[in-house]
Amino acid sequence: MKTPYHTYILCLIFSLLGQGIWAKTWKICTTCEYSSIKQTIQLAKAHDTLLVQKGTYREYEIVVDKPLVIKGTDYPIVDGEKKGEIFQIQSDGVTLDGLFIINVGVSYTKDNAAIRVIRSKDFRIQNMVLEQLFFGIYLEKSSHGKVYHNRIIGEAVDEYNSGNGIQLWYSSDIEVSKNHVQGTRDGIYLEFSDRITITGNTSMDNLRYGLHFMFSNNDIYTQNTFENNGAGVAVMFSKFITMKDNTFRKNWGTAAYGMLLKEINDAEIIGNTFEENTIGINIEGSNRIRYTNNDFIGNGWAIRVIGACYTNSFRGNNFLYNSFDISYNSKLNDNVFEGNFWSGYTGYDLDKDGIGDVPYRPVKLFSYVVNRTPETIVLLRSLFMDIIDFSERVSPVFTPDNLKDAQPLMKIRS
Amino acid sequence: MLKILKYSFYDLIRSRWSYVYFLFYLILGFVLLFLNNDVSKAVITLMNVIIVLIPLIGTIFGVMYYYNSREFTELLLAQPINRTSIFMGQYLGVAGSLTMSLVLGLGIPFLLYGLLRSDAIFDFSLLLVTGSFLTFIFVGLSFVIAISNENKIKGFGYAVLLWLFLAVVYDGLFLMSLIVFEEYPLDTFSLVATMLNPIDLSRILILLKLDISALLGYTGAIFKKFFGTDLGFLVSMAILLCWTVLPVLGLGYKAKRKDF
Repeated sequence: MKTPYHTYILCLIFSLLGQGIWAKTWKICTTCEYSSIKQTIQLAKAHDTLLVQKGTYREYEIVVDKPLVIKGTDYPIVDGEKKGEIFQIQSDGVTLDGLFIINVGVSYTKDNAAIRVIRSKDFRIQNMVLEQLFFGIYLEKSSHGKVYHNRIIGEAVDEYNSGNGIQLWYSSDIEVSKNHVQGTRDGIYLEFSDRITITGNTSMDNLRYGLHFMFSNNDIYTQNTFENNGAGVAVMFSKFITMKDNTFRKNWGTAAYGMLLKEINDAEIIGNTFEENTIGINIEGSNRIRYTNNDFIGNGWAIRVIGACYTNSFRGNNFLYNSFDISYNSKLNDNVFEGNFWSGYTGYDLDKDGIGDVPYRPVKLFSYVVNRTPETIVLLRSLFMDIIDFSERVSPVFTPDNLKDAQPLMKIRS
Repeated sequence: MLKILKYSFYDLIRSRWSYVYFLFYLILGFVLLFLNNDVSKAVITLMNVIIVLIPLIGTIFGVMYYYNSREFTELLLAQPINRTSIFMGQYLGVAGSLTMSLVLGLGIPFLLYGLLRSDAIFDFSLLLVTGSFLTFIFVGLSFVIAISNENKIKGFGYAVLLWLFLAVVYDGLFLMSLIVFEEYPLDTFSLVATMLNPIDLSRILILLKLDISALLGYTGAIFKKFFGTDLGFLVSMAILLCWTVLPVLGLGYKAKRKDF
């Protein structure tokens, strides 16, 4: 039987619509010839496009082992029925776009993820919606990819049986941008991952950290918002990290920090806003960090220095209405405070150069007392404490003598 | 009682002290807002003023008024008027006029500077409410002291001592005991100790709104429950109310038994 010639034309059109001349587009829908994503992937050749139509696909452990574009139209639902992992990308050059993935299987022995990328390059994961998940997007030993504009909404209640929103493990050169992560354990988690750019994400209401760095160097994160996370943002054991123009808000609790820095060296912290956190930045064992032009507004402690922090510099920051501006637990100080604006500053500027003529001492004696006996926090802002703080400020005994801002700004840096 | 209240009230207004007090707050409010131009910052500064000054002024005014109007009180006592209503009338007259000066004096500048459009309005009204409570409490306490002491100097001395104790010394002792017993779990103790002093209590009430992020930094479970929920606010308000009622009851008790 002779094939009608218009079939050839259709084939030609379809292949032109695809990525290369030889690429084919497969249409998947619940009532079509191809109704399963998994089977269609097996049939497809490299560089083909799979268009998933609206509908519900009950599938899990879908292995993508060739460079394919899998694109959803009107957010088709891929339902893993809590049986295990859903997408596993094991090839370079895979694009996932516009799918709605739900019901990842929770396991106590395996880190099941909605999308796992294994040893692959040049992937793109974009416009996905992940709900009812364990781990969200898990990048494992992968590089040069992009995770863009995804929505990850978990319902984590306990730390032991919940996973991370976006996890990068031994990955490098990846861009994570414009994602929204909420209700997971760690919103975005990086371990042994270098040269990662994290931009414009929102991470909120997570159980533990909004963003968590471990052993990851040369990373940049900018313009992200971290709000109401169990413990804020933690940056640990990493070098050469740039943090710029991020917002850290309302991280309240006994161990909640806007940002927790532990063993961080040579980082840049510029133009961030820390607002209404219990502790704005908690610094421990971190050296050569430059804090410039940040805003600390209404925090319990704007900056708490725990120990072993050397050669850090704080310049041009605004400290506004924090209960404590800076808290130290030792008498040693090797950090520089210069040209900041302090809302508690009461000095004068006789030569009118915009810089106060008397130095400002940001550490109150009361913060020492609170470090030692935490219950004394109920005496905050009492007349008695004010008198003691005043006498300490006049002649420092307990606080480091050289810990002062010799050039406090008279006007707020705008 | 209402008639005596009205009389005391007008008496204070005529004596210009109410005006002075009112003007003091008015100027304070304007200066604070003029210097800061930021309502929330001004609220923090005001808190310090309110917690220290209001008890002091309430105490001194109360004692002064009682001793000054003693002759008039004796005249009233000769009339067929209930004793409780004489003293209650005077008490409410003094406390009422002081509260009015406070509320108007601070309210007007803040209203003019756009308080209604600012989200600090709740903090501000809380400030005024605790200020009013403190006025009533300390005027009450000073009346009790004055009625128990015939000697003016002694009465003044006790009243100022009371203020000094509650405003400064109490916190010092409190801090000392916290540090001495730091090995023990202290969160219940510190909360109870705060409740026992109306000045500390009002401070905590305002802190609940201003410094909540710092207060939540401490680990104690009771603290967390107290500061993290509305419970703290309700309990503090209730105890502040108790503190207002207690001196009044004491005043009634003393007034009935005193031999003039």
